[in-house]
Amino acid sequence: MSETVKELTCIVCPMGCTLRVTMDGGKFVSVTGNSCPRGAKYAETEMTAPRRVLTSTVRVNGGHLPLCPVRTKGDIPKELLFEAMRQLDTLCVQAPVKIGQVLVEDLCGTGVPVIATRDIHLG
Amino acid sequence: MMDVAVIGAGVVGALIARELSRYQLDVCMLEKADDVAMGTSKANSAIVHAGFDCQPGSVMAKMNVRGNAMMDQLARELSVPFKRNGSMVLAFGEEDNGTLQTLLDRGIQNGVPGVEIVSGDRARELEPNISGNVTAALVAPSGGIVCPYELTIAAAGNAMDNGVRLYTGFEVVSADFADGVWTLVSAAGDQVEARYVVNAAGLFSDRVAVLLGDTEYHLFPRRGEYLLLDRDQGQMVSHTIFQCPSAMGKGILVTPTVDGNLLLGPTSENREDREDTETTADGLATVARLAAKSVPAVNLRAVITSFTGLRSCSPGHDFVIESSKNQPQLVEITGIESPGLSSAPAIAEYAVSLLKEMGLALDEKADFNPIRRPIPRFREMDIEQRRALIQEDARFGQIICRCETVTEGEIVRALHQNPPAHDLDGVKRRTRTGMGRCNGGFCTPQAVEIIARELGIPVEQVTKCGGDSRLLVGKTKEGGQDA
Amino acid sequence: MREISAEMERELVVIGGGPAGLAAAIAAAENGVAVDDILILEREPELGGILLQCIHSGFGLHRFGEELTGPEYAARFSKKVVEMGIPSLLSTMVLTLHQMEDGCKEITAVSSAHGLIRLKARAVVLAMGCRERGRGALNIPGTRPAGIYTAGAAQKFVNIKGFMPGRRVVILGSGDIGLIMARRMTLEGAKVEVVAELMPYSGGLSRNIQQCLRDFDIPLLLSHTITRIHGKERVTGVTISQVDEKRRPIPGSEQYFACDTVLLSCGLIPENELTRQAGIPLDPVTGGAVVGENRETEMAGVFAAGNVLHVHDLVDFVSAEAELAGAGAARWLAEGDGEEFKLPIHPQGIIRYVVPQTVSLPAKEDVRLFFRVGEVVDKAAVIVENGGKVLYKGMRPRLLPGEMESVTIKAAALAGTEGGQLTVRLEKR
Repeated sequence: MSETVKELTCIVCPMGCTLRVTMDGGKFVSVTGNSCPRGAKYAETEMTAPRRVLTSTVRVNGGHLPLCPVRTKGDIPKELLFEAMRQLDTLCVQAPVKIGQVLVEDLCGTGVPVIATRDIHLG
Repeated sequence: MMDVAVIGAGVVGALIARELSRYQLDVCMLEKADDVAMGTSKANSAIVHAGFDCQPGSVMAKMNVRGNAMMDQLARELSVPFKRNGSMVLAFGEEDNGTLQTLLDRGIQNGVPGVEIVSGDRARELEPNISGNVTAALVAPSGGIVCPYELTIAAAGNAMDNGVRLYTGFEVVSADFADGVWTLVSAAGDQVEARYVVNAAGLFSDRVAVLLGDTEYHLFPRRGEYLLLDRDQGQMVSHTIFQCPSAMGKGILVTPTVDGNLLLGPTSENREDREDTETTADGLATVARLAAKSVPAVNLRAVITSFTGLRSCSPGHDFVIESSKNQPQLVEITGIESPGLSSAPAIAEYAVSLLKEMGLALDEKADFNPIRRPIPRFREMDIEQRRALIQEDARFGQIICRCETVTEGEIVRALHQNPPAHDLDGVKRRTRTGMGRCNGGFCTPQAVEIIARELGIPVEQVTKCGGDSRLLVGKTKEGGQDA
Repeated sequence: MREISAEMERELVVIGGGPAGLAAAIAAAENGVAVDDILILEREPELGGILLQCIHSGFGLHRFGEELTGPEYAARFSKKVVEMGIPSLLSTMVLTLHQMEDGCKEITAVSSAHGLIRLKARAVVLAMGCRERGRGALNIPGTRPAGIYTAGAAQKFVNIKGFMPGRRVVILGSGDIGLIMARRMTLEGAKVEVVAELMPYSGGLSRNIQQCLRDFDIPLLLSHTITRIHGKERVTGVTISQVDEKRRPIPGSEQYFACDTVLLSCGLIPENELTRQAGIPLDPVTGGAVVGENRETEMAGVFAAGNVLHVHDLVDFVSAEAELAGAGAARWLAEGDGEEFKLPIHPQGIIRYVVPQTVSLPAKEDVRLFFRVGEVVDKAAVIVENGGKVLYKGMRPRLLPGEMESVTIKAAALAGTEGGQLTVRLEKR
């Protein structure tokens, strides 16, 4: 199979480097344009099995705010983002909530937990 | 059974209702919109004209000069800001001199106090920011500025405090006179019976007149687009600056507003559609270009909002305020174009005199209170007044709109005081919440919550301006609830 | 904590409890101002500022070496403020700021809890942040229905209040908040039809184009703008037109997009009403005060930092800047005005502005200059000169208007400088 080159914008950090990834069919060959090793790793993952950190909110019962912001503790497969949102939609946690508290042990079978990103006190 | 039903709660209808509330009468206002001041009274130049450009001898001339003179006391009683900032009409070159002279002659004939023509240099002494091309100017010190919807809200509120009823959402679709009583039916099927009817339906008064049995009135709408600028431009001029008038109106004006903003406009365009309040790129560009002719230093980057007002014009270009020629116990008021706002107090006074001539008994009410209790204006108070107000009610210590310094207490009052606001725009017109430079970006979420709480409705049902203008479409995570 | 009363005196008052205000207060305390002599005034009921509604990640990589969400980043600072015992007044709005005859600053503020407060402060840090440009300032023609929001207002509704402003969305402007909201609304089940950007380039970070738009197949139309809003009560659609190089709509290029919501993400404006009221000179380009390297304004004892000074791309730089201001305020309180000479700094060509606008000589430390360019530039050298002498020259592969750039001038390089001015310019390759 012949090699193809694809341009990507790195999302690992705000620098947003333009990556040029060489692929051979479905196989990652090499990357240029990255400023750090994390960019190289991103390029490979992005071309084979892209992953994203998901941030959203979950409902809170008895808190000083109606919602608690949350994020996945690590990235999850990109194709699961909407399924993950639906799982979070059903969740309602009890106040108080502490920042960093695990609210979901395993999101959509990814093994990745969901944590609170702020304190919610009783309200 | 009402003694008098006033159709239309614009500035004219509201002032008529207030005038009638002096007497021992059952009076109601029937308004098709969800709030008062929703037609021409919502969006116009906000000018109390001196009266120099009305045709001498016209009804308009008489009403304008009389209305202007009444405005001080009225504004004081209703606690509505009114300022006699003076009007100035600019001449650019000799071809405008004739127009200035005509205006001066008319002003003198109409009895406008203190009107005079000054040189271009004198005009620039009075108004340093006007164009260097100004060759002469007409100055009329009795010209003033007032907020039209604020005056309407205050008049309607004071009328209601004195017993007048306001029915909003009441669009009259049929009318019948039998046995000395008018029966007015709304689109929703509600009925009001009244012995006397006043048609003050503004831009729709010709159509309402047809329902009432008078077919001889014909109005056409005239659109005018405006730009409202930030307070930092409010000091650009102190007078209301006009250009020489043409057949299409008084030209583009540049004026401070009573709230300290700068207002530019209007364009003037005859259109069929009586509800078309869209702004257009061309219209706004025209306003900007022509305003700069008068005051070149205006900073157009300071625009806070743009809007379109619709005025009603009649072929004869004079006010019609008369007892119906065809029907009993009916006063028709139509063709109230500029200077309608300036004339409104006099129109109200005259309309009531017509009702009296028809036989309506005007027995004074002992407990009539001409003084309206206004919504406190935190931003205009000094430190001691502010302290006292917060002491009385801590909600006046919570600033909701940071651009205009509007407190929670003011919003709460606007939702409960006559005539109560039902939606975000109603709160805005009563308190200036969201009227500042951030266009409500910061205060809208909070204001919506206060409205929902005070009206006892879910947040999602709060509207911008009634009807289907809901601000939010639902809660997040509703997918989860369904699942 | 000292008692809160109607009349108070403090060494330092920090106006704003967002990232800038918090970092400034901490830095002031760490540089010798007694915590009891500091007071933070915050208009919202919690410390943290706009970060609290920015629930997405991407904050803190420079500062903490990890990707935090907005609330997490804010908590690092607000917790420290609380731990250090720096007092703050919440739900408190500052109304006025004036310099008194003795040089102290008088601040009036109001809250439900404490009523009207009059504060006398020797030094002040301005950290009021910024606001979004709204529909009025953009002057978009059309009707005035419900459903038009700034991206930040929509963000507050969705992330804090839990309400959906709409289900079918068109976004005007490709600033970062707009891009973030495109993704957020999509994840919450809305359909984002298109993002229209007036300029030929995006105003946001490249990575946000990727992860907020491309990830969800949301089209970005560059050199396009909304030329008409439709709908009487609620938005029913928009007309989008292509614009020419002078940003004028091209007749015949109109496209109609049905939608129920328009979100505006068309730039941020520093909130300097208090600054202006106090008579502190502003830079017409940044919209913020003119400052020296410690972020001291032209009014002695008044400092400014964060988005109230100039709009930053990353909060990490806001924190760093606020620490300069906080430390500067502490030093000023201890030592008063120095005898330094202020060397003006002038941006040239397509460099729109430089902050700080002056640097004091003799320089005690290295000085970092922040700037933005007015157009996309590939491969250019940034050159800082003083009277023909090059103090700094460094290559940049690409400069984008949406991103803040900086250069650091060594104290040693400034040592030989005696007068004139510093100029900052680009030399294209």
